[in-house]
Amino acid sequence: MVETVKLISAFGSGFSHRAEAALRLKGVPYELILEDLGNKSELLLQHNPVHKLVPVLLHGDRAVCESLVILEYIDEAFDGPPLLPADPYERAMARFWAHFIDHKFSKPFWMSFFSTDGESRRGLLAEAKQNLALMEAQLEGKRFFGGDSVGFVDIAACNLAHWLGVFEEIGGVSPLLTDEEYPALCQWTKRYVADEAVKQCLPNREELVAMYSAFKEMIQAMAASHK
Amino acid sequence: MAAEAPAVKLIGGYGSPYVHRIEMALRLKGVTYELILEDLRNKSELLFKHNPVHKLVPVLLHGDRTVCESLVILEYIDEAFDGPPLLPADPYERSEARFWAQFIDQKFARPFWFSFWTGDDVDKRAFLKEAKENLTLLEAQLKGRSFFGGDTIGFLDITACALAHWLGVTEEVTGVTLVNKEELPAFCKWADGYISDETVKQCLPVRDELVAYFSARKEMYMARARATLHK
Repeated sequence: MVETVKLISAFGSGFSHRAEAALRLKGVPYELILEDLGNKSELLLQHNPVHKLVPVLLHGDRAVCESLVILEYIDEAFDGPPLLPADPYERAMARFWAHFIDHKFSKPFWMSFFSTDGESRRGLLAEAKQNLALMEAQLEGKRFFGGDSVGFVDIAACNLAHWLGVFEEIGGVSPLLTDEEYPALCQWTKRYVADEAVKQCLPNREELVAMYSAFKEMIQAMAASHK
Repeated sequence: MAAEAPAVKLIGGYGSPYVHRIEMALRLKGVTYELILEDLRNKSELLFKHNPVHKLVPVLLHGDRTVCESLVILEYIDEAFDGPPLLPADPYERSEARFWAQFIDQKFARPFWFSFWTGDDVDKRAFLKEAKENLTLLEAQLKGRSFFGGDTIGFLDITACALAHWLGVTEEVTGVTLVNKEELPAFCKWADGYISDETVKQCLPVRDELVAYFSARKEMYMARARATLHK
């Protein structure tokens, strides 16, 4: 008997999108449970007591937390097209770059949109551009980081494909990801958001803009305290 | 005639628990390797060439392949070499091991750092409380077994190595006690079991030497903690 799959998620969360994209790419039917993160449910607190964050994957009586851990679980627990390559070294590279996105790339990148201090912003931008150049090099003539189709690193990099435009608009800054400087990445963002499985679970852009606009002051405060 | 297996080298640095993780994985798998010790205050061209992104140890060189980031290296070793598995076979158990490995690497550092390396002028109670809570959560993952991996050392045990050995060293150097046997009995038993293991002993830095190493750097760590705390 097939066990039910549910995903505790929140609107607009890139991390939740990662889990949905993976389930759809694998062809796994699931029930989406939307959390109000301002008023977390007992279900969420019960299944992610350590971090109290989304996404949380419920598969039968099992709960899996942390988006990249969920991606690997989905890849291993279900049949369907593989998200990670087969070769151990290519798998290591995929895990390295996904880890890079979450731990080195993210913070300076997003903070650079909201930093109001000139010097701090310049520093963050310089770091963001260095990191973008590394990501650009990783595409090296491929359609996706995963090769011919969306894979683990593409899903991990989803924020760059879709949320970036939203933050540029809210931050009132000129686009960071330009065709001149990052041609491969720009083409990749278009391919990612156009993918059949991915686009079914991408949050609506206008709704994202509305949601993040409300958080602008809070994010600016965070950017100011990030040195 | 079989082709010679590509050489395995590990770029490491003295006293690093992250490097120990990799040595353990290689030894548990029965992989012969050459250890290249970096002076981390004076990093080599070799290190910069093979880890340009982070410039950190450990770095695994396997033939012409380079793998960086200790948890990524652990999984690579498990997948690229034959030998006893480091991770469990079941996808859910694998996800649990990966979750707790991330927990150790992401959530432990801050409260530990500030519990040990801040001066007496700092109210450490909140940091100590958080550090203890983290240890309690991790202890629960032992679930009555000798090791996180079950009867033998596995992925999560070697990931947690700093807690088994470096933690006690830090307590001695700083005079701050975090762990006691009454509050964390299973954890303490695990730590003793880990550092007594024959394979572990072959690549674990000697306790007295580590104490001397950290003692010599105490002022530096305390200054760093002070600076970070007041950011």
